[in-house]
Formats: sequence, structure tokens, C-alpha cells
Amino acid sequence: MSAKSSALPREKTSSIAAGPMNQSASFTAHLKSIQRTIPLHGRYENFIGGGWVAPVNGAYFDNISPTTGQIICQIARSQAEDVELAIDAAHAAADKWGRTSATDRARVLNRIADRMEEYLPFLAAVETYDNGKPIRETNLADMPLAVDHFRYFAGCIRAQEGSLGELDDDTVAYHFHEPLGVVGQIIPWNFPILMAVWKLAPALAAGNCVVLKPAEQTPLCIMVLMELIQDLLPPGVLNVVNGFGIEAGKPLASSARIAKIAFTGETTTGRLIMQYASQNIIPVTLELGGKSPNIFLADVLREDDDFVDKALEGFAMFALNQGEVCTCPSRALVQRSIYERFMEKAIKRVESIRQGDPFEMSTQIGAQASNDQFEKVLSYIDIGKKEGAKVLTGGSATKLAGELAGGYYIKPTVLEGHNKMRVFQEEIFGPVVSVTSFDTPEQALEIANDTLYGLGAGVWTRDLNLAYRFGRGIKAGRVWTNCYHAYPAHAAFGGYKKSGIGRETHKMMLDHYQQTKNMLVSYSTKALGFF
Amino acid sequence: MTKIASLNPARVTATVAAGALIRQLKKEHGQIMFHLSGGCCDGSAPMCFQVGEFKLGDIDEKVGEIVGCEFWMDREQLRRWAHTRWTVDVVPGRGASFSLEAPLNLRFLIRSSLRELTTGIDTAHEAPGE
Repeated sequence: MSAKSSALPREKTSSIAAGPMNQSASFTAHLKSIQRTIPLHGRYENFIGGGWVAPVNGAYFDNISPTTGQIICQIARSQAEDVELAIDAAHAAADKWGRTSATDRARVLNRIADRMEEYLPFLAAVETYDNGKPIRETNLADMPLAVDHFRYFAGCIRAQEGSLGELDDDTVAYHFHEPLGVVGQIIPWNFPILMAVWKLAPALAAGNCVVLKPAEQTPLCIMVLMELIQDLLPPGVLNVVNGFGIEAGKPLASSARIAKIAFTGETTTGRLIMQYASQNIIPVTLELGGKSPNIFLADVLREDDDFVDKALEGFAMFALNQGEVCTCPSRALVQRSIYERFMEKAIKRVESIRQGDPFEMSTQIGAQASNDQFEKVLSYIDIGKKEGAKVLTGGSATKLAGELAGGYYIKPTVLEGHNKMRVFQEEIFGPVVSVTSFDTPEQALEIANDTLYGLGAGVWTRDLNLAYRFGRGIKAGRVWTNCYHAYPAHAAFGGYKKSGIGRETHKMMLDHYQQTKNMLVSYSTKALGFF
Repeated sequence: MTKIASLNPARVTATVAAGALIRQLKKEHGQIMFHLSGGCCDGSAPMCFQVGEFKLGDIDEKVGEIVGCEFWMDREQLRRWAHTRWTVDVVPGRGASFSLEAPLNLRFLIRSSLRELTTGIDTAHEAPGE
């Protein structure tokens, strides 16, 4: 299909509905407490060229809520033809959007942020239903961070400047930032809206048009977001195509008509994405996870004060988002001289975590995002036990009552072992932390770096000189020092080693979505004299 | 791409259910292979591709065959998995990956046991190779 295809969007429809969504009692009751909502549908088409477009072959797949294990709606099962339509729409819009002033692009981003904020409790509820995470987190973390991210990049793009180099009295090198054009983005399911926004905000701010493919496990909340903001973006600037990796992801990532591909996920698919990109010689950014160490030095327990409380919360952070975080602090390293005292308090803290209905504001841990993830986490607890790891708490699934009985719930689990065990080497992506001890800071650093990955790390100590040495010594892109799991815009996020390429959540991400144009200008009227 | 001839042939096996799914995928897609993923999200799971789709490199090592399909992984990752053996199983679900079985609402899953132990996984239920 050509970039000028006039068939766009092919089947624009005014209605995306095929009856109402199948809602659980908990979700319905929660929605009643929210003032601003829009109707939820039983079926979602693709969002292409500013409208809703049915998949060309008419196929849909079932979307399941992990809170209940029940089918809640249908989502477009797109193929290459649908991806082509989206790329057509993006190309049709790219030139104009790329030349739209930074002022106007920033205004659009700010309007999106305002609209999301107006509907924040609603978006939070839909994401909880789609992903299984507690409503507390979607309301207090995912959505506010996503809103702020649009505002941050709206600010960044207005403040960005090119440069000029005065090479000599007659010659000037000008450097302009230009958008790449049309970019592809494939996002994960652990923070469906926030991970989309991490990629969308810099790409759109920089003047690119986007074709986005959400994860198969959590395709719903992005479509609801699109319906909410569809009047704010020029048609074709942002297009969302749902479907399976091999059917819709591959045609996007391997397209000769995208100028960049961004992906968050795991290493094999990361390599595959790079292979596709190599055919077209286009840049990639990848975020592929880690096995992040969380290091507790002996002086943490020197006093009995607020800092101890904060450090214990830092330990329990492995359960945040059910452990489905690329930087989950899933390895805890505790200095031997405080090990028993610290672990006694830490286990108590973990056992106080409230698991239950994700729609209860008091619930601190919800459901794993899908059945296969649930099974994988249990398989890791199993091999951990076989490897000789001791289960200090948890270690099994939780069966909730009523309509939640079919959901995918796992107890926060603490395993004790050593760093050569697989439960210390592979990201379980569940509420499971593997704990070991060390004698000296040098040992701790060695254990921390004995991993294939390098995305995040945590260091807890009252000795800031030591903290500095750890921070510089750990081979990871983010070292939280006396804190953990903070994700503010304007702090760069990305991996060392096999954890990926690129730095998100910072203005430097703009560079990953821009070309540099150099104009080398001579203001001399004289020939060089060579010929 | 070095093939290690001395590897324990039982390093990786498949359950009957996984074997049936592999046969189904072969009918649909022709020759297929596996590469074990690492990292987050759908990591630590076997990814199933048509042969040639995923380009193997010098860093990869073949660790065995299941139902006539080669099973590969990153050598550094293998070093960290070396003390275990794996049975490829299948569960209902949907990985957000490019693995071929995902559209069938099924997902390959690794179950593991220690290499020196013969118990832990019921080998009677493992599918024979082809």
C-alpha cells in the first residue's frame, strides 16, 4: 500500500460498540463512585487516522480481566493489512505534524494531560480492570505519573534549542532537531497506560507520528484513553493497532515505512526487534528488564527511627504492582551482622501486605496480569524450593472468594538462598523476592553485579560516602539511594548490559526521536582556490 | 553456533500437551524452533518461531530438541541455568511476545527440576521426540 492511500480510514464508524462491556460486580460498584465516565463497549476496533476502523479481516480476540479470569470485551485481532492502514494514516499526517510549532504541539500534549486528569479515577478503574493491579496504585501512581509525563515533555520541547557553531569568521554550522517521521512503538502490559505515555509523550513532542501496538494482555485501557482524547490530536498523528505479536507486531516492527521502533519486553523479542530494524537500518530503543538488587547495609538498623521504617518499606517494594515491574527489587542483599534482626522486621512488614479485591482502596496487592504469568511465577517458586531456597513467607497462590475466585492472585513471597540460584538470576515478574546476606560492601557489590541485567538497584545506608561508591559501582542505569520505585519525569530510566538501549522519562529521550540536521553555511563570497 | 554433542539429551523435554501443540504448530507453520527468553514481562519463557525467523548467533547454544524442534538459549543464560533441566509445558494464557502459539490463547511454559534429580517432573508424561 502506498503512503498516499486514499482508502483511509477504510471503515470509519461512528460506533465502536458491540453491546456493553461485561463488567464484574466490583468494577460496576466502583464505577458508580466515579463522577466522570464514558460508556464502555463490548468490542474495540483499531484507532486509525482519527477514527475507529474495523480490522480488515473482521477478527477479534477476547480480552480477559485478571481480577476475575472472565472475558470482558473483544479487541481487534489485526494483521499486516491493518498495520499498513495505520502506517498510511501516520504518513499522511507526518509532514504537517512535524512542521507544527513546538508551541502548538506542547499545547496538544498539555490538553491530553488535562483531559486525562479530568477522567483520572475513571482511567484508573479501567486499567485496574484490564491489568489486575490495585485501584490504589492506578489512582495514586500510574495515572498521575502519566499525566505529568505529557506535561513534562510539553515543557521540554518548548525549551529545546538547536545549536550553532561559529567555525570561523565566515562559516557557521547550524544544528536543527527534526522529527524522525513515523515511528512504531510496542508496549508492555505491566503499566499499560504509563508505559504507552513514556513512549508517546517524547515521540509526539518531537513531532513524530506514531503507530502503537498495546500488549495483548491489556489492550483495553489504551483504547478507552484514545476514545477520551480522540478530539485533541490531528487525525493520523497517533494510531493504535491491537493484535498478537507475530500477526501485528511483526508487520509494524519490520516495516520499511517506519523510522524507528521502540519496544519494552523481554530479551528474545528484543533481539528479534533489532533484527527487523537491522533490515531497514533504523534505530531501536529497548527496555528489557532486569534482576534488580536492593542492598541493606548494617547501619540501617543503627538507630530506631523513621529511616528504619522507610527501609523496611523499601524491602517490601518487591510486591508493588504484584512484582510486575521491570525494576522489581527482586533480590535483597542484607548485611550479615543485621540479617536476623532485619529479616524479622522485614517479614512482619511483608505479612502485613493486604491482598484482596483490586477495587478496594485498602488493597495493596492485586492479581497477576494473566494466567500464564500466574503459572510462571508459581513455577519459579517451585524451582526455588527445589534449588534449596527456604520459603520465609508466602510461597503459594491465594484463593479469593466469590467472583474473584477465578483471578490470578499470588501471596507476597520471600525466598532465602544464594545468588547462583535461578530465583536470583531471572526476573520472576511476580511478588517474589530472593534474599541473601553478605559480609562486606565489596561482597555486596560483587553479588549485585553478578547478573546479566542492569536496569535498577537500591542502596540503603546512613553512610552517604558508601552510598556514593555503591551508586557508581553498580552496573545499572538507575540506582535508587535510600528510596525505591520512584519514577518521576526528569530522572533518566534505562538499562546497562542486557537490560536494553536508551533512556526514557527524561528530556534526553527526545534525542531518540529526532534527527540532527546540520546546515553548514559559508558567508564568504570568495572561492577556496582549489580549482 | 556451537553444538555441544555431549549434552544430556534429557536437558529439555516436552509434556504430552506441549508435544501436541508443537505438532499442531508444525502443521501450520512448517519447521519451528525455540529460543529461551530472559528479562522482564514475558521473559524466562520459551519463544517459538518458524526456523529462520529468529537469527541465532555465536552467543547461542543448542541445548536439545523437543518433538524434532531445536531448543536454543543464550550461552550466558545457560551458564546460570546449568544446574537445572526443563520440561516445556503449555498453559492457557497469552504472552505479549512474538511466539507462534499466542494467537491460540495458549502459552508455552518452562517447568524445572534439578539436573541431578530424576524425580520432580513426572517423565512418564513427557512426549517422546520425533
